[in-house]
Amino acid sequence: MSTQSVSTSAPLFETVIGLEVHVELKTETKIFCGCKTTFGSPPNTNVCPVCLGLPGALPVLNRRAVELAVKAAMALGCHINQDCKFDRKNYFYPDLPKGYQISQYDRPIGEHGHLEIEVGGERRRIGITRVHLEEDAGKSSHAADGTHTLVDYNRTGVPLIEIVSEPDIRSPEEARLYLEGIRAVMQYCDVSDCRMEEGSLRCDANISLRPFGQTAFGQKIELKNMNSFRNVQKALEFEVERQTAMLQRGEAVEQETRRFDEATQTTVLMRTKEEAHDYRYFPDPDLVPLAIDDAWLGQLRAELPELPATKRRRYVEELGLPPYDAGVLTSDPALAHYFEAVVAAGADAKQASNWVMGDLLAYLNNRGRSVADAPLAPEHLAALIGEVARDTISSKQAREVFQISCETGTDPQTVIRERGMAQISDADALLPVIDQVIAENPKSVSDYLGGKQKAIGALVGQVMKATQGKANPGMVNRLIAERIAAASES
Amino acid sequence: MLPTIREIADSLRRKETQPSEWMAQSLAAVRERDGAIGAFLTLDADGAVERARRLDGQPQTNPMFGVPFALKDNICTEGLRTTAASRILESYIPPYSATAGQRLADAGAVLIGKTNLDEFAMGSSTENSAFQKTRNPYHSDAVPGGSSGGSAAAVAAGLVPFALGSDTGGSIRQPAAFCGVVGLKPTYGRVSRYGLIAFGSSLDQIGPLTRTVEDAALVLQAIAGHDPNDSTSAPQPVDDWMAALERGVRGLRIGVVRTGEEEGVHPGVQAAVDAALRTLEGAGAEIVEVALPHAQYAVASYYLVAPAEASANLARFDGVRYGRRVVGETLTDMYERSRSEGFGLEVKRRIMIGTYILSEGYYDAYYKRAQQMRTLIRQDYEAAFERCDVVVTPTAPTPAFRFGEKSDPLQMYLTDLFTIPANLAGLPGLSVPCGMVDGLPVGIQFVGRAFDEATLLQIGHAYEQERGFPMPTPEVAGQ
Ligand SMILES: [Zn+2]
Repeated sequence: MSTQSVSTSAPLFETVIGLEVHVELKTETKIFCGCKTTFGSPPNTNVCPVCLGLPGALPVLNRRAVELAVKAAMALGCHINQDCKFDRKNYFYPDLPKGYQISQYDRPIGEHGHLEIEVGGERRRIGITRVHLEEDAGKSSHAADGTHTLVDYNRTGVPLIEIVSEPDIRSPEEARLYLEGIRAVMQYCDVSDCRMEEGSLRCDANISLRPFGQTAFGQKIELKNMNSFRNVQKALEFEVERQTAMLQRGEAVEQETRRFDEATQTTVLMRTKEEAHDYRYFPDPDLVPLAIDDAWLGQLRAELPELPATKRRRYVEELGLPPYDAGVLTSDPALAHYFEAVVAAGADAKQASNWVMGDLLAYLNNRGRSVADAPLAPEHLAALIGEVARDTISSKQAREVFQISCETGTDPQTVIRERGMAQISDADALLPVIDQVIAENPKSVSDYLGGKQKAIGALVGQVMKATQGKANPGMVNRLIAERIAAASES
Repeated sequence: MLPTIREIADSLRRKETQPSEWMAQSLAAVRERDGAIGAFLTLDADGAVERARRLDGQPQTNPMFGVPFALKDNICTEGLRTTAASRILESYIPPYSATAGQRLADAGAVLIGKTNLDEFAMGSSTENSAFQKTRNPYHSDAVPGGSSGGSAAAVAAGLVPFALGSDTGGSIRQPAAFCGVVGLKPTYGRVSRYGLIAFGSSLDQIGPLTRTVEDAALVLQAIAGHDPNDSTSAPQPVDDWMAALERGVRGLRIGVVRTGEEEGVHPGVQAAVDAALRTLEGAGAEIVEVALPHAQYAVASYYLVAPAEASANLARFDGVRYGRRVVGETLTDMYERSRSEGFGLEVKRRIMIGTYILSEGYYDAYYKRAQQMRTLIRQDYEAAFERCDVVVTPTAPTPAFRFGEKSDPLQMYLTDLFTIPANLAGLPGLSVPCGMVDGLPVGIQFVGRAFDEATLLQIGHAYEQERGFPMPTPEVAGQ
């Protein structure tokens, strides 16, 4: 496989990657009209004169879209341009009803931000050039025979932010981690669902190679059509290999746009530089400049939640979790929220982490479900963890209880009670049984007294059998030893 | 000839007449005389009769109630063909109505049809209409002006008491002057642009063409005010313009910009404007001289800004969703054929100029500098308004010219040199008839402070009262 040859040989060139990420904002209505943003409606049902670009229709800015964009930009550490504006980006395409896209050119809503990622235990800071607000285009479906194209304008005018990174990313793996980081931040701020399969997060990449030590960038290639984080990494890995081979052969890399082909797991040429666009940006005269005053900005800043980087640090420093655990738990705000609720309900942090990252995630992943549909409430998981800590049940039993609770919806403590799973850890309850077993098995007792330590196992087994396995085996072991010792002394 | 809005409103108020009667009279006038004029592109006779009939017997709610009117055909009307006088929209029927037209309908005014214009409002003679010629009611060989030539001619010929036009560089005021009617371009942002097919979005403004200044005030009263559907419409409260009319001109300072042959001003036009100024002075106004030093760059700046904006505004006419589509081999082919066949020569010229102006590397040299010039022109006006309340020039340097006379586009562009500065500065401008030259009407233009339509209407109305002579009725209008 292509990735192997790259990763096994020492790299000859330094990889330079920059990413452009489009994130759909979670507003009820579109950015410049009152149409719904609902995903999956029948084609061309969420449309009006404005988003269809009918003659005479005018855009009116949705303030909610501005709020979400500002929050996203602030969460990425951007400077917010409190006096920004909208520009027209001119090009012809059937999914672009006005013949221009309303976007932001030289005054984006946010600039000069960054995102921290952890690569192999090392912290890396990826610069973010800009975050700007714009409208989405429609969706074209081309007939297989090439005779026609159908266009659905439901998506036209859905608010987007474009997050442009600095060329700070140095490997395909870093690119994937950066994307996961962006998604986490967006989800924490509740500005987007970031569902790549529904197109609410899309990513284009620029990648170039250069000899180590060289400061000038190599010729960049633009990559498109990557519909999962894994594919972004794969496409970039393929490009690293392809461009390395070209450079080794002494060939020049030409500026071009390529797309990832999922079937062949390669990138293929889309267009060369000659076809590059002049978008003829100019300020949109239909919209007044956007002023974000201090009060509005302050209110939005106050609404920002604890962000993943801060949370990760807190889990390590205050809860004593290993960095790996902290990373996994904070990758998704719903997961972090669940974990925190388990801890808040009284569970030990490390135990809670083990359960959440282990049995819970495995259960959800097997069923393709999200944390939001977790079958067990956090306080119930905390209760289950508590029963193990109190020796009511064994760890092995606990996993069984977890499965039963998840499948039946019955809370763990009820499961333990109803199924009589509680361990008998009460000496007063166990002693009569133990005394009876000792009395009935003189051979084992004498073997034990004769130095055969193992003989006690047979006695414990008899007690477990007599209690249908409910006895706490550790306690039974100790009590038998004590009783035999007491009897032999007297 | 239909009477003024005021006369119709008074008659309806006194219950001497019913809306249906005025509608019948208006439709009869159109049928009888529009063949010679060509003001209307679309007539909605059945709809108009029905709408007027429903008002009969209803209480009059305001002066617009039951008054017939026309709209320039770049103002969208739900269910009624709206073409912008372009082949590309020849059979386009909008699913919604423009705010300005809707406000009139809500007030009870009754739309009878849509009037001719230069294609997409690009022109100064209405000769650029893809469909028909509109003749000046005063002279069948003369143009009505443009681009709102159909609206101006319809009012001048007495087919309707008023019509709405749109003014990007003089397209209400210049045809008003050429046709001997009153034309008001309100302050940018005063009237909603929602539903006006955009030409130069930062310049476009809808306004009335009427027979009297009082009627212009009545129409403005009905259409002005903030519209949540137009982000550029101003939050300024709507004034009581009827009250402003009666204030007279005593104590008002009228700033005069000296014009002459350098600007190509016809001596007869100059004389008519000078006479009007003497009339105003006699009525108690003070005349002061002012200068607009940057106005000489207005036409050049306008022909950068307007085509640049137009090049983007007209991109939506691509044959994909509505309007004319010419099938092609490829997508690009379809675009090229649809637009080549759909747009006329002047529209194509401006799209190409605008596209060039916005191209990478030229933006700063052209578009940005033109926008900077707008600031200087606005500052010129601000300085002038330190010394006066309105600035006066002729509306147009000449009376209406003949068909085909301005075949050179540059000569045509220069006919708007006095009206363009107000659009660049976003200021209100009013053209009032002030005399006849060679049998054709001439207009005087008043430009006021932003959102001070009140003073313009006040001066215009006072001038009408003091003018001392009636504007002759065009022969074609009958009695
Ligand atoms: Zn819409």
